[in-house]
Amino acid sequence: MSALKTREARDGYGEGLVKLAKAHKDVIAMDCDLGRSTRSFRITEVDKNRFFDMGIAEQDMLSTAAGMAKMGKTVFVNSFGVFVTGRAFDQIRQQVSLPKANVKVCGSSSGLTQGADGATHQSVVDVALMRNLPNMTVVVPADAKQAEEAVIALYDVKGPAYLRLSKHPTPDYIPETPAFKIGKAQVLRTGSDICLCGCGPVMYNVLAAADVLEKAGIKTGVVNFHTIKPLDVETVKSLAGKYKRIVSIEEHSILGGLGSALAEVIAGLEKGATLLRLGVPDTFGESGSGEELLAKYGLDTDGIVKSVKNLK
Amino acid sequence: MYQGKNETPDIKKLEELTVSIRRGILSALHAAGSGHPGGSLSMVEFLTALYFAELRHDPKNPDWEKRDRVFLSKGHAGPGLYSVLAEAGYFPKEELVTLRKLHSILQGHPHREKTPGIEISSGSLGQGLGAANGAALGLRLDGSDSRVFCILGDGELQEGSIWEAIMTSAHRKLDNLVAWVDYNNLQIDGTVEDVKGIAPLADKFKAFNWNVIEVDGHSIEAQLKALKKARETKGKPTVLIAKTVKGKGVCFMENKAEWHGVAPNTEQYEAAIKGLCIVNGPSKQQAENAEA
Ligand SMILES: Cc1ncc(C[n+]2csc(CCOP(=O)(O)OP(=O)(O)O)c2C)c(N)n1
Ligand SMILES: [Mg+2]
Repeated sequence: MSALKTREARDGYGEGLVKLAKAHKDVIAMDCDLGRSTRSFRITEVDKNRFFDMGIAEQDMLSTAAGMAKMGKTVFVNSFGVFVTGRAFDQIRQQVSLPKANVKVCGSSSGLTQGADGATHQSVVDVALMRNLPNMTVVVPADAKQAEEAVIALYDVKGPAYLRLSKHPTPDYIPETPAFKIGKAQVLRTGSDICLCGCGPVMYNVLAAADVLEKAGIKTGVVNFHTIKPLDVETVKSLAGKYKRIVSIEEHSILGGLGSALAEVIAGLEKGATLLRLGVPDTFGESGSGEELLAKYGLDTDGIVKSVKNLK
Repeated sequence: MYQGKNETPDIKKLEELTVSIRRGILSALHAAGSGHPGGSLSMVEFLTALYFAELRHDPKNPDWEKRDRVFLSKGHAGPGLYSVLAEAGYFPKEELVTLRKLHSILQGHPHREKTPGIEISSGSLGQGLGAANGAALGLRLDGSDSRVFCILGDGELQEGSIWEAIMTSAHRKLDNLVAWVDYNNLQIDGTVEDVKGIAPLADKFKAFNWNVIEVDGHSIEAQLKALKKARETKGKPTVLIAKTVKGKGVCFMENKAEWHGVAPNTEQYEAAIKGLCIVNGPSKQQAENAEA
């Protein structure tokens, strides 16, 4: 696998932002002193005047973005996921989500694979925060190519959105078909025993785990839920009818993320699959490499395989 | 145990300590392969003066009730504080090379529950001064003569929450509180003045009813003098606005935004260690430049 060229979701985001800015004059990017890390700075390749470094002031950035959106701009605001959703939550709530402002909140370096910076920098509750706000679209791309597709697709969603980005490198491994479409889960594999439902770069491990499980004779389905909101409820229902067990896998707290979103649907069905949620149990992260932390929480290939085998 | 308020410390000895402390910072960052040298190196002279002359504290008893409190608000500079804490004896220096590794007591950003001597968890900027106000108020309520020191980045001052706290400190007349601003004029995306200017900083603090002392951030003697003045000022909080050089003490890191958040590789590490010296007064590099 190491021979394959890897990229980070944030790189795909940068590509997409450049394309959008070229195509649409109303596209603006703002950042809080992390313009190179988040790749938002790349918009200056198209137009220097459409980049605003707001300094280390996330709340001010969100309010300013909301004001700009009122003037007809499509504003992409950027920082690490943990700061842009956490520090500026109330601004997002009152000035973006409530008035349906056309602001795209982009949370970079999200999840455990933020790595060595430790607990204060690892955003593992950002999806929960953003998913609970009315009018929000929440997208978690699984690789760099999908991040590029997502940022371009989000331009056409006229309203608030959260785009969760990662700096965890993977190859561009998500297949061309079924094509990326906001709100539509991608069925990557069909099985009959167990269905692995995940989102984000950790899907790479999910697919590898499915290979191992297949070899062990467990017919494993794999579905990429890149859109957490609006959730593809029809697909969830049909999976719950078809499989006995569904396993959710995400680089996020098991409270409030994809696993919770699936549970909310499955709990309302008269009968159907049971659900196992894999993710960060109700705890903070810590320093370590991304790979080490994924392994610690059972989100590496081995860990996923083990959890599934324990079900049987 | 350090009783603090030492007005006649051996300056030469303190200056020698700074070399060892910088060595500790560099070896930690080199071993970690990531982290923040710039803002760690720029506060070494201040922390040395603080921990080895001004502060009342006991490395063998980090929870000593009568201790003064140090709140590192700009948490990314943790390695600077870790190295000082190790030098003072809070934990063995050997721990420094575990920085940022899985299970280490030295997390990428300060973690109150993992490291002896760390008072607050920090890393998300803009929150330390508020906590320092709370601690200063709590100490005052208890009739304690312990004091609180809070270390702030100049870029960090762009956070609105800091200015809310600045108003609280002055409104509550917290003269048991000293803030220290690392005025290196650099943040990640460039100079502070380019990204979002904070000048005129001294005037701003004055207008917010603080006692303001501007100080050379790399002179131990100047820090000590300023700390004494702060101690003697009643009825107002004091801020030391310290003119510093980001990356101070490693010539190729000095005043370079690129060295905000990258660790030295082995070659750079060795060069940096070789070049370490007492920086009080002009740095080696500055002296060389003057000669050339
Ligand atoms: C709330 C928040 N936003 C963004 C960051 C990312 N960040 C870490 S350090 C830094 C720059 C800090 O600059 P400054 O305060 O000047 O520190 P120094 O120059 O002393 O290193 C930024 C933006 C953060 N840690 N917290
Ligand atoms: Mg600075």
